[in-house]
Amino acid sequence: MASVGILAIQGDFEAHSKAVLALGHTPRPIKTANDLSTADALVLPGGESSTMLKLLLDEGLFEPLREACTSGRPVLGTCAGAILLARAVTGPAQESLNVLDMEIERNGYGRQRDSFVTSVMPGTLGGPEMEAVFIRAPLIRNTGPEVDVLVEHEGHPILVRQGPVWAATFHPEMSSDTRVLAAVLDSLLE
Amino acid sequence: MTEEHTPLRLKTGLAEMLKGGVIMDVTTVEQATIAEQAGACAVMALERVPSDIRKDGGVARMARIDIIESIMSTVSIPVMAKARIGHFAEAKILQELGVDYIDESEVLTPADDKFHIDKHAFDVPFVCGCRNLGEALRRVGEGAAMIRTKGEAGSGNIIEAVRHMRQVITDMREITLMGAEELMTAARDLGAPYELVRMVAQNGELPVPNFAAGGIATPADAALMMSLGAQAVFVGSGIFKSEDPPVFAAAIVKATTHWNDPALVLDATRSIAAAPMAGLDMDKLDPSEMLQTRGW
Repeated sequence: MASVGILAIQGDFEAHSKAVLALGHTPRPIKTANDLSTADALVLPGGESSTMLKLLLDEGLFEPLREACTSGRPVLGTCAGAILLARAVTGPAQESLNVLDMEIERNGYGRQRDSFVTSVMPGTLGGPEMEAVFIRAPLIRNTGPEVDVLVEHEGHPILVRQGPVWAATFHPEMSSDTRVLAAVLDSLLE
Repeated sequence: MTEEHTPLRLKTGLAEMLKGGVIMDVTTVEQATIAEQAGACAVMALERVPSDIRKDGGVARMARIDIIESIMSTVSIPVMAKARIGHFAEAKILQELGVDYIDESEVLTPADDKFHIDKHAFDVPFVCGCRNLGEALRRVGEGAAMIRTKGEAGSGNIIEAVRHMRQVITDMREITLMGAEELMTAARDLGAPYELVRMVAQNGELPVPNFAAGGIATPADAALMMSLGAQAVFVGSGIFKSEDPPVFAAAIVKATTHWNDPALVLDATRSIAAAPMAGLDMDKLDPSEMLQTRGW
């Protein structure tokens, strides 16, 4: 059983917490730098990336979080969390943790009226088609050579991985399908 | 428009993304930019903030389209807008415009004294106000994807929001203790759909996210509402009727995130060296001036 730290300063951290519990692990909210040390794995949830970024910077959590994300622990960022992990952010540009070599565009699919649920082929995750919930989702514009694109939708990467750091532009935590989180936490055993 | 072709999950999904955040009322592009830079997770576009509506009177309507449009093209966070209770034509215009959420709001002058909007018929998600569980579940029954307390908008006085949040929680606690055979009578007494009452009795929580609004004027007010179980807060007049909007906005954002850490709520409060908006004493407010009694 792993202790999974979930960044809980804004966004759908409760949904992630339920997903972690459903897999039999222990969710721990992360609100300050002190909360980071006890986590075996990290989740950066969906929400508003600009809000999270401001709180991270204002409260001295940005640099400790960046270090935690490069410590070799498994990390999963979904939607806004993926934006925080990216090397570069557009639409508009904003600072990011730069721990996953990709360029990502905020709200790349449009506004709430462009939000959608679809089924995608899960690639190396295995099994049948997987539900993917996109809410004002970002769009991964390009990825570096070290990044594995695990799942695509309409020619765009939607689940990527660079070593222990994973990013999804959709919300696995909003589906009952636990394959993405399970795969991320499986890497604890690798 | 076919019935419910946007899944409720996508509608409540955006509300999930707003949790732990502050949604700020704005009337201009400049205010929207201040809100975004202060860390608002969304802005609510309206023609006048509630305290001005209260002061100036007249019919309060949906905001001017050119202003909503310019806010939408300026900020990258979600943009909500208010429609009058029952005014589905205003709501259709806002949906066509592409706002991210519609607040069917008692702050505006109601357009219909009997019926709220059939929100299932829309793709855009709606938030509605409530004073108790029955009212919350009536709005969810009509298709609202987020519920907020009504409080007393534009008053700068938190007592009504506290009253409404506590009432919803007390009502929920009561029905979770009931036997199955009691729930139909409870549904009748609450004036709420039976299936939703059953759902609350089983889960002990509302079927959609539950936010606070109406009278939040300080970081402490925001922390209080979060402590009572609100999952996010709306701030109306509290920011742009204060003496220092950027500082109040940032401080309320910080207190909302760290509501259960008194040292950080103190930090947020200490950062303010200006007066909050002037408040109203509820006892001196004529019942006819109450905004919360609009809608049922």
